[in-house]
Amino acid sequence: MILLSAYCAVLLSFASGLLALMMHQRQTLSAVSEYGFNTFFTGNVHCRSWINKNLEERHFPVFLRQAVFVLLGLSGVFAVIAGLAVLLGKGVITDQIALGLPWLPWHIRFDGLSGFFFLIIGIAVCAVSLYGPGYVSSYKENEHPFAALGLFTGLFVTGMLLVLLADDAFMFMIAWELMSVASYFLVAFQHENSANRRAAFLYLLMAEVGALSIILGFGVLASFSTGFTFDALREANLSSTWASIAFVLALLGFGMKAGIVPVHVWLPEAHPVAPSHISALMSGVMLKVALYGLIRFCFDLLGDVQWQWGVVLLILGTVSALGGILYALMQPNLKRLLAYSSVENIGIIFMVLGLSMIFMANGHPQLAALGFLAALFHAFNHALFKNLLFLGAGIIHHQTHELNIDMMGGLIKKMPQTSALFLVGCMSISSLPLFNGFVSEWLAFQTALQVDVLDNGVLRSLIPVAAAALALTAALAAACFVKVFGLIFLGQARSRNSEKAHEVRDKGMLAGPALLAGLCFFIGIFPGVIIHLINNVSGQLLGHTLPNDSALGWLWLAPVSAEQASYSPPLVLIGALIAAGVCYWYLRRSPLTIMRRADTWDCGFGGLTPRMQYTSSSFTMPFRRIFAKTWIIDEQIKKDLQGAMDQDVAAVHYQLHIQDHSWPRLYQPIAQGVNNLARQVGRIQTGNIRTYLGYSFATLVLLLWVIS
Amino acid sequence: MNWLIAILQTTLFVVLAPLLAGWLKMCKCRLQNRKAPSLFQPYRDLLKLTHKQPVVSEQASWLFITAPYLIFSATVLAASVVPLIAVNLPTSASADVIVMVGFFAFARFFLALAGLDIGTAFGGMGSSREMTISSLAEPAMLMAIFTLTMTASTTNLSGAIAHVLNEGLILRPSFVFALFALILVAIAETGRIPVDNPATHLELTMIHEAMILEYSGRHLALIEWASQLKLMLYGVLIANIFFPWGIAETFGAKDLGYGLLAILGKLALLAIFLAIAETLVAKMRLFRVQEYLSFAYLLGLLGMLSHIILEASR
Repeated sequence: MILLSAYCAVLLSFASGLLALMMHQRQTLSAVSEYGFNTFFTGNVHCRSWINKNLEERHFPVFLRQAVFVLLGLSGVFAVIAGLAVLLGKGVITDQIALGLPWLPWHIRFDGLSGFFFLIIGIAVCAVSLYGPGYVSSYKENEHPFAALGLFTGLFVTGMLLVLLADDAFMFMIAWELMSVASYFLVAFQHENSANRRAAFLYLLMAEVGALSIILGFGVLASFSTGFTFDALREANLSSTWASIAFVLALLGFGMKAGIVPVHVWLPEAHPVAPSHISALMSGVMLKVALYGLIRFCFDLLGDVQWQWGVVLLILGTVSALGGILYALMQPNLKRLLAYSSVENIGIIFMVLGLSMIFMANGHPQLAALGFLAALFHAFNHALFKNLLFLGAGIIHHQTHELNIDMMGGLIKKMPQTSALFLVGCMSISSLPLFNGFVSEWLAFQTALQVDVLDNGVLRSLIPVAAAALALTAALAAACFVKVFGLIFLGQARSRNSEKAHEVRDKGMLAGPALLAGLCFFIGIFPGVIIHLINNVSGQLLGHTLPNDSALGWLWLAPVSAEQASYSPPLVLIGALIAAGVCYWYLRRSPLTIMRRADTWDCGFGGLTPRMQYTSSSFTMPFRRIFAKTWIIDEQIKKDLQGAMDQDVAAVHYQLHIQDHSWPRLYQPIAQGVNNLARQVGRIQTGNIRTYLGYSFATLVLLLWVIS
Repeated sequence: MNWLIAILQTTLFVVLAPLLAGWLKMCKCRLQNRKAPSLFQPYRDLLKLTHKQPVVSEQASWLFITAPYLIFSATVLAASVVPLIAVNLPTSASADVIVMVGFFAFARFFLALAGLDIGTAFGGMGSSREMTISSLAEPAMLMAIFTLTMTASTTNLSGAIAHVLNEGLILRPSFVFALFALILVAIAETGRIPVDNPATHLELTMIHEAMILEYSGRHLALIEWASQLKLMLYGVLIANIFFPWGIAETFGAKDLGYGLLAILGKLALLAIFLAIAETLVAKMRLFRVQEYLSFAYLLGLLGMLSHIILEASR
């Protein structure tokens, strides 16, 4: 039954993709329906007129779009049901499908870990399919065909769900590639722009390099085992060196997809150019699938984790978290900023996962379960709020036709509902209390503070430093999202487009983000719901649950023990309501003190203009100066001088370019190396047919010699 | 009963905060050869502000008007976590020290947004500077606090203070480092000299004042009160974590009375030190603050390392 709903989720998403292909088949469809009604359902008049109305030329595209997204949404609902059912049932379901290689049918396995990620995907897909119909209606059919968008969206979701179901390396890679390639076409959807094509190519290149690395990782495992099924790979008996090699390969492959620094470069290029609901899925969900792959590979297939791997993850995670947020802070492009912020959040997840590995390898499985819990919880939270923010960015882009936050401002009055939803997202991602982001960060700190149980002195001093880096990351994230919300929604409008913006009319476009925002708040207040689910996962995967299982009531959160740390969001919420209520009531009771509106104080000079407000680059200027070494900053100020002796400044031109260090340091040398190598190889390509025949002959002789 | 005492303690916190501000001002005036206003002047100011009609800019959105309430209640919640006169109260279990830092972040988030809401250069400037300074101060503060929590192996403030009380007077190098780190952070976070000057309205130097320039009436009162509360909160943190003696461990009337007297004495003394420091030191340039705060972070780190190397049981 559970598996059936999981299959339903996969099939429905696939069907939604296929249905999108019907976009240009209106005539065929109406002929089919005509035939069907004439032969089979002759009596049903209402149904017939309804279908005929929708098949009219005017209604058909709208109808089809909605139908595609309804199927996608149903797929999400089924994914949520399947995920919840398997998490609550605590079982493991296996199955085989007669697809794939003749001697290797597709093995299916649906356990707690897959179920949890099914839940994440399901929620995200539900929100996206509420949002989708309104968003895609602005695309012109002849420039950006819906058939392509719908097909690849369906395939993309199918691929992600299949990755989670796979129980052999072969099916895993097929599903993984389906996910990667489908998302490549989605990134390249608006291909008329050369920057988009370049971003899509970069994405495809890195996705394929990552996939090769994962295949090699599976290959290392498979060479020590009897087959390609995960059961056989689990049995593989690796020496610690080979296990570490497999780990590094897997880390490279999955890390490339997840966007770990320094292999994150595709992320800020690809996410902004895809349509917003796709960026939401890519950033919120696809990165999580990569995380799933890493967890499956390390904790499940490799089995005995080593503490050195944990240290690697911890350091990489810390670098990614700090690097990601520092780069995000400098971005004026909203979607690019959000993409960099995904790098940060993935970094936090890797950090905590590393802690979990360290505790696991040092014989503290219960603390490992705590770290694992924090990592998965943060993954869940990130899926919620990042989806919310990307969908919000989509609404803003849809209404203002801007993505540069220096061109926005004052939208809170024009788009009140969007701004409230976006504010929830910003507060969650800045990990403020009462919202879900805070809970996972709190758990991360609690994990890091358990370092006293370790014996290794280096680890004991490394982990608190990582915790302090986490604190810096959180504070910088708050600064970054104050900038985002403050510049987009507050102040005065900085351009005509944002001045003329108005609230989005499509209810679905607000319903999708509203669902996510509601969940952000609900889980911030009652985190026990999700923690209970994750505890089942860690019980299944690590064999251990939280130390203090009984203290996980709905009211209290005390993961280690009530004496060590406790947090009760409902009580905090009640306290906040009382405090705010009392002062609100007390201060507003006198009718004499009703608010008066007046002009903004302008120092007596008069004429405040929107240009006088702080912009993105001025807001981040102190950071730019303090952390100057982190970026390659190219700042140019040019003055137009006029008048006698060039004394007067007529105009000032300011240009700021900020670049990632990883391009000149890492990628350009690699690209140059590949080019050089190609040139060397090119030497044997003389263009002379006789030489080529000679090569063929030599190869033939060599092969014969090898075979015999 | 316990809840009652907890609510009483929080109320006491809120009520006493302006008194500390008044006392601080008095000490400072005396030191600078000026005639001091009455000790109760901050109360009068707050009362006056609540009776005035607030004037709000036409640009302001709902966020600007709600922000003072949110800032004030977040700060009150932070205060409810910190043991003032007694330990082992139920409110301190509902949130630990990390949540307290979270409350500060919450208040700051809305203060910074309110600064940006009007759309003047002042507000943006204040917000930008505030977020910069706080993002450097937060890791330093957590580092200092982690030293404490690792010694006491709890992040619950009340539990940590009880642990220090039970241990008795032991000179720990890690605590000395953490104390200095926390003092430096407290000065930065509460906007005192040398990081920010609470008395200035000179645009080049102000941080906190720049953000709240547009506030008036009851909104201003709430924000002022919240910042007085924050000052007191840091004072209580320093006083009760590092010198917890005198705080009530049982809830008898006598113990609580002594607890109150003890904390009043400690805070009065701390305020005198702060006044002396503010009189002696000049405000520093904005871009020197990073050096100041990274020094605080370094102290916190040293405290942590000395805990791990010198003091840990293994």
